Amino acid sequence: MKKSSLMKKLTAAPYLVWAAIFIIVPLIFVLIYSVTDADGSFTLQYISDIGKYKDVMLNSIWLGFIATVISLVIAYPLAYIMARTTANVQRTMMILVMLPMWMNLLIRTYSMMILMQDTGIINSVLTYFNLPNLHMINTQGAVVLGMVYNYIPYMILPLYSIMSKMDMNLIEAAGDLGANKIVTFKDIILPLTLPGIASGFTMVFVPSVSTFYISKKLGGNTFSLIGDVIEMQFKSANNYNLGAALSLVLMVLIIICMMVMNRFTGDDDDGGVLI
Amino acid sequence: MKRKMPLSSKLYVALMMLFLYAPIVVMIFFSFNSSASTGVFTGFSLRWYEALLNDEATMKAFRNTLILAVSSSFVATVMGTAAAVGINIFKNKHIKKLTMGVTNIPMMNPEIVTGISMMLLFIFCSKLIGKNDALGFGTMLIAHITFNLPYVILSVLPKLRQLDKFLPEAAMDLGCTPVQSFFKVVLPSISTGIFSGLMMSFTLSLDDFVISYFTQGPSFETLPIRIFSMTKKRVTPDMYALSTIIFVAILLLLVLLNVSQIYGEKKMSNKLNKGKGAQG
Repeated sequence: MKKSSLMKKLTAAPYLVWAAIFIIVPLIFVLIYSVTDADGSFTLQYISDIGKYKDVMLNSIWLGFIATVISLVIAYPLAYIMARTTANVQRTMMILVMLPMWMNLLIRTYSMMILMQDTGIINSVLTYFNLPNLHMINTQGAVVLGMVYNYIPYMILPLYSIMSKMDMNLIEAAGDLGANKIVTFKDIILPLTLPGIASGFTMVFVPSVSTFYISKKLGGNTFSLIGDVIEMQFKSANNYNLGAALSLVLMVLIIICMMVMNRFTGDDDDGGVLI
Repeated sequence: MKRKMPLSSKLYVALMMLFLYAPIVVMIFFSFNSSASTGVFTGFSLRWYEALLNDEATMKAFRNTLILAVSSSFVATVMGTAAAVGINIFKNKHIKKLTMGVTNIPMMNPEIVTGISMMLLFIFCSKLIGKNDALGFGTMLIAHITFNLPYVILSVLPKLRQLDKFLPEAAMDLGCTPVQSFFKVVLPSISTGIFSGLMMSFTLSLDDFVISYFTQGPSFETLPIRIFSMTKKRVTPDMYALSTIIFVAILLLLVLLNVSQIYGEKKMSNKLNKGKGAQG
């Protein structure tokens, strides 16, 4: 018995070696590059250079945060409606929500650009109804809308999955015991769906903050996000050390945001992480 | 407790679907445009579909994408399933936690960080061996396997936990070798997890742009990379035609999968009912 269990454990060995070389070591490289210069000698210059990008970073976090909150607010009712319909309707709606995710992100973003252009389809429709045109493209609002559009399925799915497991009798019981809709929502539905909110929040926030394609296409050259700056260091400016330093900060910032988020969603499901 | 949707809910769902599908409808619509414009519709034509089929570079990128997706998802599924089997019986809590923590890194980390971290490693290694053009199929394959692995492990592990751990032992008591007991008892019961891991890896790899972008070389171009370099300039509707084809293919696949699932469930419940009848 012992021999076979050792043999079984060894089946994990290739993965462990792989993870060490291709997950851990690359992150160590990011760390090393961020504290060395092009010649490979130690310097803190790039870490201190990050200060110059403080505004870009704060703006990225801010836009990512707004996009995540908007996603949550509009996804929540949809997930709730989905969870309360019949099995067949649920299945169809799941497909409908997931289908856009299989379209390439670049193509979806490009289509959004076409919709939002000054002479684009939305404005053509507005002109047709004699309404004033909207200037949307190359604004921060357009970038936020692009983030919401691209990542909202990642918010709907965890919310839906937790809501479909929720015991609907609890809601009725709350009603029977005299709670109005607002109280039922605040005291029953919201606490029960917190884990779904937390995972949806993470899944939308992380890609939104670090995006570079969406901001490039929908934001034009009017402003850049942290992802744009990092991409530039690696693809055109060839300043790997600064790029590594910025990535390091991005990583740390996201870890901090996640920790705050976990604190915020209560202690119930933290147990698994802490112990 | 399931009831019919009130009108307000229906309206809300309709609005959300409009939001989700407007850009896709636009794309499909303009793939049939007779002019090169992606803003003004001048008339119906199939010329972009024809142009697509004759575009050697795009077709090659499409083939490359498939090759990369098939090979990376296959390797990740085999290695990930083996890893899950091992991790599942780790006794030491700390080692298990550490392993799962590391496994979560590629899922939690922003894609751009995963991409550049691997790029730095690959560039360092290529300098070591004195090659300048090391980035290409090999490095992309490694990168794709790496970001696929966590999804495989996380979809197989729960199935292994659900499995009665005495079953493989019983098989061995009845004369199976450990290897036989794995293939005859364990593997069939975790096959749904393996399959969903494989499918997820395949689609992730097919669609990945960010990580590919940082680990690719000029020798091996995938579709998302090609779309990226094309959207730098003005996109012609042949990219739309391609996306429309992919969209329809996926739609058909999903519908088929679901129909077969519904059919399977019906069959299953029929069987169960019959079983109950026989017992009663």
